[in-house]
Amino acid sequence: MTSRGDDPPRGLSRRAFLRGGAAAGVLSTGLLRGVPPVEAAPAAAPKSEAGVPILGPGPVAIKLRVNGQEVALRLEPRVTLLDALRTRLELTGAKKVCDRGTCGACTVLLDGKAVYACSVLALEAQGGDVRTVESLGSVERMHPLQAAFVDHDAQQCGFCTPGFVMAAKALLDRNPSPSLAEIHHGLAGNFCRCGTYAGIRRAVLQLAEAGAANPDYAPGLPGAPEPGEIENPRPRRQKNKKRKKPRGTGDG
Amino acid sequence: MVETSWPKAEARRLLGTRVSRLDGPAKVTGTAKYTYDVARPGMLHARLVHCPHAHARITKLDVSAAQASPGVKAVRVIQGVGAEIQWAHDEIVLVAAATGEEAEDAARAVVVEYEVLAHHVDDLHLDQAPETRAEEEELAGEPEKAMAEAAVRSKGTYGLPVIAHNCLEPHGQVCEWNAAKDTLTAHCSTQAVAALAPQFAERVGLPAGNVHVICQYMGGGFGSKFSADRWGIECAEISRQAGGVPVKLMLDRRAELTIAGDRPSAYAEIEVGAQADGTLTAWISKSWGSGGLGGSGRPPLPYVFQIPHRRSVHHSIPTHTASSRAWRAPNHPQGCYLSMSALDDLAARLGMDPLAFVRKNEALLGPLAKTYLEELEIADRLMGWSARWKPRGGGKGPVVRGLGLSLHMWGGSGHRSSCEVTLQPDGSVEAKIATQDIGTGTRTVLAIVIAETLGLPLEEVRVQIGDSRYPASGGSGGSTTVGGVSAAARRAAVNALRMVFDKAAPALGTTPDLLEAVDGSIRVQGEPGRALTWRQAAALFGRAPVTATGGNPAPSGSGELELTGSGAGGVQMAEVDVDRETGVVKIRKMVAVQDCGLVVDLKTAESQVYGALIMGISSALAEEKVLDPVTGTLLNADFESYKMAGIGDIGELVVHLMTGPGYDERGVIGLGEPPVISPAAAIGNAVANALGVRVPLLPFTPQRVLDALESPGRGIV
Repeated sequence: MTSRGDDPPRGLSRRAFLRGGAAAGVLSTGLLRGVPPVEAAPAAAPKSEAGVPILGPGPVAIKLRVNGQEVALRLEPRVTLLDALRTRLELTGAKKVCDRGTCGACTVLLDGKAVYACSVLALEAQGGDVRTVESLGSVERMHPLQAAFVDHDAQQCGFCTPGFVMAAKALLDRNPSPSLAEIHHGLAGNFCRCGTYAGIRRAVLQLAEAGAANPDYAPGLPGAPEPGEIENPRPRRQKNKKRKKPRGTGDG
Repeated sequence: MVETSWPKAEARRLLGTRVSRLDGPAKVTGTAKYTYDVARPGMLHARLVHCPHAHARITKLDVSAAQASPGVKAVRVIQGVGAEIQWAHDEIVLVAAATGEEAEDAARAVVVEYEVLAHHVDDLHLDQAPETRAEEEELAGEPEKAMAEAAVRSKGTYGLPVIAHNCLEPHGQVCEWNAAKDTLTAHCSTQAVAALAPQFAERVGLPAGNVHVICQYMGGGFGSKFSADRWGIECAEISRQAGGVPVKLMLDRRAELTIAGDRPSAYAEIEVGAQADGTLTAWISKSWGSGGLGGSGRPPLPYVFQIPHRRSVHHSIPTHTASSRAWRAPNHPQGCYLSMSALDDLAARLGMDPLAFVRKNEALLGPLAKTYLEELEIADRLMGWSARWKPRGGGKGPVVRGLGLSLHMWGGSGHRSSCEVTLQPDGSVEAKIATQDIGTGTRTVLAIVIAETLGLPLEEVRVQIGDSRYPASGGSGGSTTVGGVSAAARRAAVNALRMVFDKAAPALGTTPDLLEAVDGSIRVQGEPGRALTWRQAAALFGRAPVTATGGNPAPSGSGELELTGSGAGGVQMAEVDVDRETGVVKIRKMVAVQDCGLVVDLKTAESQVYGALIMGISSALAEEKVLDPVTGTLLNADFESYKMAGIGDIGELVVHLMTGPGYDERGVIGLGEPPVISPAAAIGNAVANALGVRVPLLPFTPQRVLDALESPGRGIV
């Protein structure tokens, strides 16, 4: 299940939607955070037993605000925000990996909060401000967080990377100076298979206020650190008194 | 004169420095287009219908409702009535529709009925296997006699379950059949862009040259993406059937976890004996495991240590699961974990520090002995092993700490590869090679080698990979890529430079052997004033481009030294905390000291080792494919229940690469496999050191830790 601190998304998640037995596309507009459906249900529109209009299962018109732009789409109500972004808007930075709100590869910001786009319906994102990794920076002008990811080689195959970048962005927006433990917690909702966590935490630490003074961080070319100084979560760990276990409790 | 051999340390500008991967900006900004991201005009989306049974025969198949389903353009029966299905989730039907949602609806509308047959998925209990394949026994000396004479003996059982590759980008492709031209274009998530074209061609009946495979970015393979795969062939065929429209088929997560890659399990009963001073004398092991229907590979036992008297026999158990695929360093993590666990238990019985135990047996460490001893010294310092190691189980309180170590080896020589370097009249340089960057930094390595050779800044070299139409290069497996592509690129660039020198020498009033390429210029050695800019030199060829080629291995009969070597050794140490009340194992610190010959890019090389440590930690703490014995299906086919390490689970990581004299001159050696071999073994030994008892079966879940504490020596079942 999701373990990050900044979800689940508000309102109706895809999972709750499916669990609710609404597989035929029944959606209570009352749960859409007050946003009326764009395709207003005419008087004759079918209604559920509770008296709320039914959308779908066929395509309905929706409007999204993505990276500052209003876009109009016709989508079946079941289409997730992730699929809308990837297959209708060609915004493929967010990846489909686990497709059930566990791995974070699809992380985007919805009104500034990190959400799993695979677990938000596109309908549900109406009225919200959706930001994808494409909005953050370009190859020519990377956001400092992206530049730090590159400097620290916080990526290998790169498939999880946009999700991590967006999760880290949400974390730093919320807490500009996270500790290592807070970084671990803030990014606990994202998985990497190649094993780039070491680079990711260095990149995010660098962006964190204290991390900017990280003595091991040297962007750009040469200057290999001495052995043992390459990986450096330590300076921050030492601040954490709890980690200093009294000798004898564990050694042996 | 331009030497083909790698430049000496003092002459290197880029080789061995920390260079950020060139495609990093494309990846962090989301602009890198993976196979999953490919969108072609009119593209259809395909979905598979899978078999829910581990062993069954199809008795009825009706696709008419699927064909009539909205948006559906084509339906293909992959296995029809009468087909015997040998593993759960095997592919039965493929549907292609205008949208993914419509394809899912159509897949659900397919009706398949089965006669369910008996299955066997248990790989742990050798005595219950209906069928095993006994491999040939390996024997040296007189193991039984030596064991009887050993002063100290240790006997135990150990094991590793099947784990999944679990690539984040699933297996899949976008296939586009062109009926008019009889060609197939396949965008594939693959580790073998060149080899895939003939694979497709043979299966779909086209000349190999008519198949074009493209893979610019791929989201992880780890050994599981060398094949066109049946779903790939079917994707090509459904594109043909649908009239030549492009079709995208990516496996969903359940399929990716269930059928797209397994690392075989390995379990063993091992007895090992030594003299009282710790000198190893005898090894007897019986091992078994499964990698699915094809059985399992044979783990190398004993690993690293060439114990003089040894007998090992391995039994491979076929199970009704999809066949295993190469998983980083095939068979080595298994051989390593089984061996290092048994040897660590023996060291404990001897009352020896494992570090001293390894040193005592230096003579058994083979050709890498010197490397291991140097690496152990560095690892000792980085971990503080000698100052802090204590005998097993002495800790007090609920949380106890332990140290463990492990050694590993791998080949890593470069594969067959060819590269072309083209120099344009405007001085621009482009390299083409049909290799692929699977996250290892291959693009960057190529640019470094060519820029270094031509005396150009890195950004002046354009590297083109991921296209089967470029000069052929091997698949990215077995840590063979970096050696192969860097050697080929070096030779191609050297050949290009020789052509440039031949043209430039008369213009500079000298001979080619007196020229050098430095700082973007071609100049007379020792006379910086007598120089042409790179662009001026390129213009000497007139208005047409020139191309030079180079390959790996060295041209036969050339007398050239190889640029790539083989045989990398590494040592790793782990420090863990284990909570004896909850059974939770936490990684405090891992140290990896690794040899890989000449390092091309220190930054991406280190990333390989960090990544391997993390992947190893994940396998040690969390990963296991759990099969339901009743249904034969995978119970944890999603990310919620197929557990993997997260960013907070990895502790402190220290990586040290062996470089400099004694290492660099061995040439470039691959690094994808070796560091992933040892982590679980080192962690297991650290856990045993902390607890005082062995937790024999991976992964070290709280339950297994508590079980081992409750009944030490109970073994793996």
